[in-house]
Amino acid sequence: MDRWISRLLFLAACSSTAILAAIALFIFKEGVPIMVKTGFGSFLFGKVWAPLQGQFGILPFIIGSIWVTFGSLAIGVPIGVATAFYLAEFAPRRYVVVLKPSIELLAGIPSVVYGFMGVIWLAPLIRNYLGGPGLSILAASCVLAVMILPTIVSVSVDAIQAVPRTFREGALALGATQWQGAWRVIWPAARSGILAGVILGMGRAIGETMAVIMISGNATQIPGSMLDSVRTLTANIAIEMGYATGDHRQALFATGVVLFFFIMLLNTVALRVARRRF
Amino acid sequence: MRVPPVVAEKIARGLLMLACASAVAVLLFVIGFVMWGGFRHLSWGFLTQPILDMGREGGILPAIVGTLLMVLVAVGIAGPLGVASAIYLAEYTVEGRLTQTIRFGINCLAGVPSIIFGLFGFILFVVMLGFGWSILSGGLSLSAMVLPTIIRTSEEAIRSVPRPFRDVAASLGATRWQTVRRSVLPYALPGILTGVILGIGRSIEDTAVVLFTAGSAVGMPRSLFDSARTMSAHFYILAREGISNDKAYATAAVLICTILVINISAYGIMHRMMRGRRAPSRSARGPAG
Repeated sequence: MDRWISRLLFLAACSSTAILAAIALFIFKEGVPIMVKTGFGSFLFGKVWAPLQGQFGILPFIIGSIWVTFGSLAIGVPIGVATAFYLAEFAPRRYVVVLKPSIELLAGIPSVVYGFMGVIWLAPLIRNYLGGPGLSILAASCVLAVMILPTIVSVSVDAIQAVPRTFREGALALGATQWQGAWRVIWPAARSGILAGVILGMGRAIGETMAVIMISGNATQIPGSMLDSVRTLTANIAIEMGYATGDHRQALFATGVVLFFFIMLLNTVALRVARRRF
Repeated sequence: MRVPPVVAEKIARGLLMLACASAVAVLLFVIGFVMWGGFRHLSWGFLTQPILDMGREGGILPAIVGTLLMVLVAVGIAGPLGVASAIYLAEYTVEGRLTQTIRFGINCLAGVPSIIFGLFGFILFVVMLGFGWSILSGGLSLSAMVLPTIIRTSEEAIRSVPRPFRDVAASLGATRWQTVRRSVLPYALPGILTGVILGIGRSIEDTAVVLFTAGSAVGMPRSLFDSARTMSAHFYILAREGISNDKAYATAAVLICTILVINISAYGIMHRMMRGRRAPSRSARGPAG
C-alpha cells in the first residue's frame, strides 16, 4: 500500500515536467515545418509579414518584443530594486506587512485591465504631450513595467533577506551608516539574486500578451523610435490566431516556437544565476 | 565635493521610500480608476442578467458562470495533482539529481507565458482530442498553467510543519503515508488552501488561454462541452472591440473586486498560519500524532 502511494506521488511530481515536454512537443510539431519550408534565416530575419502572400518574416516582431521588454526593464528595474531595498532594509516591520502584499497584488490585477487603462488614460497623454499615435512602445513599456514590478520586488526582497545577518552587523560595527551598509555590503552580496529577479521579470515582459495587444498599436513595421507603434511576438500570435488557417496558422505556431525558445533561455539563465551564492 | 554620510543616508532613504510609494500609488490608482468608472454602472441586474446584444445590454451572468466552471475544472485537476507533487517533493524524497530535474520542470512551467498555454491547449484539447472550444478545454489548459503555483505554495506549507509532528507519528509506528495524512497534512492545510486560492486567482485573471481554448460564446453554458467566456475574456472583447465602455468598466469593477477578495483572503490565511508558526514551542508539543 505504502509503496503504491509513493509511486503515485512520484508520478504526480513528474506531471509538471511532462506537461512542459508536451507543450514543447506540440508547439514544435505545429511550428517547425513551416520554419523549414520558409527557411530558418528568412523566417527569423525576414522583414515582411504578409501571410496572405505566403511571406512569413518575423524580424519586426522580434525587434518589437526586444524594444518593449527593454523599455519596461528601464522603467521597472530601478523602481523595483529600490522598493525591494526599502522593504528589506529600511522600512519598519509593520509597514512591510502591508506594503509587500500590496505590491504583490499588482500581479493579481488582470493584464487586460492594465491594457484598458493604458488605452483610456496613458495613450492619450502620450499622444498629446509627446506626439505620435499614442499606442506605442513607450506606452507598452510603462504598462509592462508595472506588471513586472511584483516579480522583481519579491524575488529581490528574498535575495536581500537571504544575505546573512553577520554581513549587516559587520558593516554597522565598522561604523557604516545603514545606507553605506546596504550599498557597499548587502548590494554586492544580493546582486545575483536580484539579477535572477530581473531576468524573471524580463520573461514576464516578453510573454505578456493581452495588455500589449491593447496598447502597442500592433503595426507590422520595424519601429524607429519609442513613440512608434509596434507589434510583439505574442501580439502577433494572439491577433491572427482567430482566423488563421493552413500555413498561416503554422507560422503563428512557429512564432510561438521562437517565443518558447526565448522564455526557456531566460528561465534557465535565471535559475542558474539564482543558485549562485555570495 | 564629498557628501557627508549622514546626508547621503537621508537622501538614499528618501529616494528608496519614494520608489516604494510610487509602486503602491500605481496600485491604488489602478484600483481607484476602475472602481470610479465601474461602480456607477453596477447593479444587481448586471450580475444576474444574460449578455444581450453582444454585451451592449444586459449583464454578465453567463460570463460569471463560465468563469466559475472553468476555475472549478482547473483547480479540480491542478489541486490534487499539485498537492500530490508537493507531498512527494517535501516528504518522500531527498534532494538529488532527480528532484533537481523535477524542480527545473516546475520552475520553467511557472515561467511559460499564458499565450503558449493557449496555443498548447488549442492544438491538444480543442483540435486533437476534439473537445472543441469548450469549458473543458479551457479548464484543462488553465490547470496546466496554475499547477506550479499550487505546487510551490503547498510544498512551502508542508515544509513549514515542525519536525516533531513526523517524529511522534513515526515513533507511534505510523507508516510514512499515515504520518503525512494524519499528522502533516492537517497542519499544512491552511498553506495548501492558500496555494489553491492563488491558483483560482490566476485562472480568473487570465485571458489569453481562455480566448484560445474556450471560445467566446455569449450564451449560458449548459455543459462542459459548451463554449463560454470568462469575465476577463468578456471584458477584453468589450474593451477591444469598443462595444460598450460602460459595460466594460462595470465588468472590470466586478473582476477587480473578485481578485481583491481572493488575494486578501489568501494572504490572510497565510499570515495567520505563519503567526501561529512563530511560537513553535507550544504548537509543536501540541496535538502531534
